Amino acid sequence: MQIYDLPDARGHFGPYGGAFVSETLTQALEQLRAAYARYREDPAFIAEFKNELKHYVGRPSPVYHAKRWSELLGGAQIYLKREDLNHTGAHKINNTIGQALLARRMGKPRVIAETGAGQHGVATATVAARFGMQCVVYMGAEDVKRQAQNVYRMKLLGATVVPVESGSKTLKDALNEAMRDWVSNVDDTFYIIGTVAGPHPYPMMVRDFNSVVGEECKWQMPEMVGRQPDQVIACVGGGSNAMGIFYPYIPVEGVRLIGVEAAGEGMHSGKHAASLSAGKPGVLHGNRTYLLQDANGQIIETHSISAGLDYPGVGPEHAWLKDSGRAEYVGITDSEALKAFHDCCHYEGIIPALESAHALAYAAKISPTLPKDQVLLVNLSGRGDKDMHTVSEKSGIAF
Amino acid sequence: MSRIAQRFAQLTQAKRKALIPYITAGDPDLQTTEALLHALVESGCDILEIGVPFSDPMADGPAIQRAGERALKQHIGLVDILSMVQRFRLRDTATPIVLMGYANPIEAMGQKNFVLAAQTAGVDGVLVVDYPPEECEEFTALCRAHAVDPIFLLAPTSTDARIAAVAKQGSGYLYYVSLKGVTGVKAVDASEVALHLPKLRAASPLPIAVGFGIRDAASARAIAQVADAVVIGSRIITEIEQSPKGEEVARVKAFVRPIREALDQ
Repeated sequence: MQIYDLPDARGHFGPYGGAFVSETLTQALEQLRAAYARYREDPAFIAEFKNELKHYVGRPSPVYHAKRWSELLGGAQIYLKREDLNHTGAHKINNTIGQALLARRMGKPRVIAETGAGQHGVATATVAARFGMQCVVYMGAEDVKRQAQNVYRMKLLGATVVPVESGSKTLKDALNEAMRDWVSNVDDTFYIIGTVAGPHPYPMMVRDFNSVVGEECKWQMPEMVGRQPDQVIACVGGGSNAMGIFYPYIPVEGVRLIGVEAAGEGMHSGKHAASLSAGKPGVLHGNRTYLLQDANGQIIETHSISAGLDYPGVGPEHAWLKDSGRAEYVGITDSEALKAFHDCCHYEGIIPALESAHALAYAAKISPTLPKDQVLLVNLSGRGDKDMHTVSEKSGIAF
Repeated sequence: MSRIAQRFAQLTQAKRKALIPYITAGDPDLQTTEALLHALVESGCDILEIGVPFSDPMADGPAIQRAGERALKQHIGLVDILSMVQRFRLRDTATPIVLMGYANPIEAMGQKNFVLAAQTAGVDGVLVVDYPPEECEEFTALCRAHAVDPIFLLAPTSTDARIAAVAKQGSGYLYYVSLKGVTGVKAVDASEVALHLPKLRAASPLPIAVGFGIRDAASARAIAQVADAVVIGSRIITEIEQSPKGEEVARVKAFVRPIREALDQ
């Protein structure tokens, strides 16, 4: 296989990626690129990052054989990468620690973030508290209502949460507002983007900080099953947990990479968030990628039961992996994800995040069609505590 | 000579500064936008910037965001806007028109289709906020090939090297963003602007327009001391927003006239 060395110097993954930003941010991105290029090679920086991941996050996270569930399904064996066991409950903290360390070295005392469900907001507020930085989190007004617990969590951690009232009042609008803040406070502020999207170098940097997930799997799987998995399966909204587990596997022949998008109420309903399966390339939030848009190029509202997948774009590297055929992308509906959520609770005693439940649902769907010696590695990217409200409501239970 | 170059040549000869208003197409509706464009010319405006509404206007403050939302409720798209420009051209063949907006509506139409349609409609310049020159080389070449000026932004954060590079790519005029921020929120500091403009002048013979944060006759006049053109957007849009239905044209005329007078004093 060819050596995979994307993105290029200007952040392009084939026709995707790049830095489509207004002039005011160009210089800030230039400084960020220079700082990241320097520190990603700096032994002291790498040592501090690894130390935080070990002692603060609790890495490495285990790989767990979901044996009972696999037996019930009667086919391929499902293994779970337990990112849900990380501090703050998801993979998001890997990236926020990396970016916070970078912000400190760049002398930026203030960090900002966008958040949808609140997981990245909580992870950012957490590291801001850990490192004594001022923290402002932008969150769509609709999401503030839906995710009251996470809003409170961020406030407990000392962050200011700003509800965003513009546009559709969801994640994409929170990202717009965070960008506006950054333009206005570019001298003292570091923008911690939570997914593998945004202008270069964010897609690369967020991927790199999360790739510890796949790196661990690469030594854990041989220890557990004597070889690498046949398929690596991860949910894709913006795509950070998927890039984190895919990236180290890109050069590994024989390992299929499967991204699972939110098919919402079904691909034909129009109510979904499957940018790669149903979108068209365009420019949003600083990069060129697949977008859900109308004929006029306006971004359309998306739907998913899981707020973390409810985004009309996707990281540009996923766009490239799709076009190049290295990764495949499929859809899982709300109801399929909910069923997997409950099955994972019942059969394995693990409450998964609704986002991760999409990846679990796909694994559970294909497992019975495959021989028992096949190995499916699923990134269990987060825990489901935050989803109690959504799931109980679906079951007609009010607290 | 392009309409924009011609207009600046006339202004230089008359020792006048250009007044460039920005309004969002389709706010409150396309018919009113067309009437407003003629009214702005009658009130002494020299070049017209027409905002193309986008669902995710990252560089705009609340006033222009709301204008875009009002326009998008009516599903105004590039095709509708270009037809309106074509209608405007039936009555006015002299005033330069610049479309300003974001990349994705253009990408959805196709860069080439857009540039051809813009030229046919009578558009003179295009400013795409999230197309920095290094990401839109083909688009810039297409614009040049079809007599549409590609206009680029420069900002207080632009380095000397950057100014030189951007100045080489742009034509029509250079648009200097007066402050670190989004449209219409902070107030412009004319002395800050005065400090930065010599670097732009040294890098390019193009006229310099200054925008973001200019909201009245006094700030317009202060900026006109150092720049060739003054852009006013959010404040005009606020007039439109606060106007009773049907009185938008009168309100905007009343707002713009004193600014023109202040520039000519």
